[in-house]
Amino acid sequence: MKVGVIVFPGSNCDRDMYHVLTDVFKLNAEYFWHEKGLPKNIDAVILPGGFSYGDRLRSGAIAAHSPIIKDVRKMAEKGIPILGVCNGFQILVEAGLLPGALLKNTSLNFMCKWTNLIVENNTTPFTNKLKLHQKIPIPIANGEGRYYVDDETLKKLKKKNQIVFRYSEVVNGSSDKIAGVCNEDGNVVGMMPHPERAAESEINPIDNKPSSLIFESLLNTIGVKN
Amino acid sequence: MATFDVHVIIENKPGISDPEGETILNDLVLKGTHSVISKIKTAKMLKFTIKEKDKKSAKTKVQEICDELRIYNPMVSKVTIDVFDA
Repeated sequence: MKVGVIVFPGSNCDRDMYHVLTDVFKLNAEYFWHEKGLPKNIDAVILPGGFSYGDRLRSGAIAAHSPIIKDVRKMAEKGIPILGVCNGFQILVEAGLLPGALLKNTSLNFMCKWTNLIVENNTTPFTNKLKLHQKIPIPIANGEGRYYVDDETLKKLKKKNQIVFRYSEVVNGSSDKIAGVCNEDGNVVGMMPHPERAAESEINPIDNKPSSLIFESLLNTIGVKN
Repeated sequence: MATFDVHVIIENKPGISDPEGETILNDLVLKGTHSVISKIKTAKMLKFTIKEKDKKSAKTKVQEICDELRIYNPMVSKVTIDVFDA
């Protein structure tokens, strides 16, 4: 069982993600540079946070055309679990693998703070060990984190159960307080907050259990006992 | 073939808030007592230089590039393309 962590020029949460996967959850993980392909024996793919291409044009817009995205797309179609965190979420949106857009926060500030998420869909590969409406204390760190969808798309997201996480209160002006969404099949999930910064008690002053359940959900999905 | 400058303006669609424009309006321009101004919108402009046979082809080509490479996100942005002689 292997998890691929994709590294783009400007990724800066790739090592945190790798550490959590390997040292905390004892998963076999491997980095993949964005110009390479993904091998067929990958069981899950994670696009970590950072500032790919220095956020030029807009966050995620250039990395969405990286060669590796073709393989990510194929794996998404095959139903393999794919998680995009922060810039990884922005890349999945810009690649058209997830709906919507991520705009500048209403405050215009880079926001780095603890927030509370509410689980709205606990059937995805990354949330199946969480309870519906469970609260997750978790940090955000972004400048372009305001999730936007038009009214028609929002209705569709609700109907197809594609809203995975909401903030418990208004944080950055996101449509319907959305913090994370999935594709129609549920295997591709994107979220702005950083679970890899919240899954260990040493770095989570509130409660690391809910964030660790995001990774335990992945273990559960790909059939690894922790 | 001639050379043209093609200006691509990317801005939020109407109805999508533009906090940067609002801040420039409310916290700078209106505080400077320029009350004749009622709205400011920010946008990003890309300037393409292109060789094409005429202005129409230059505009079509740039529009195709913008759509194909998702230079703008159609969920939130609209583009205006203007062509000038280089």
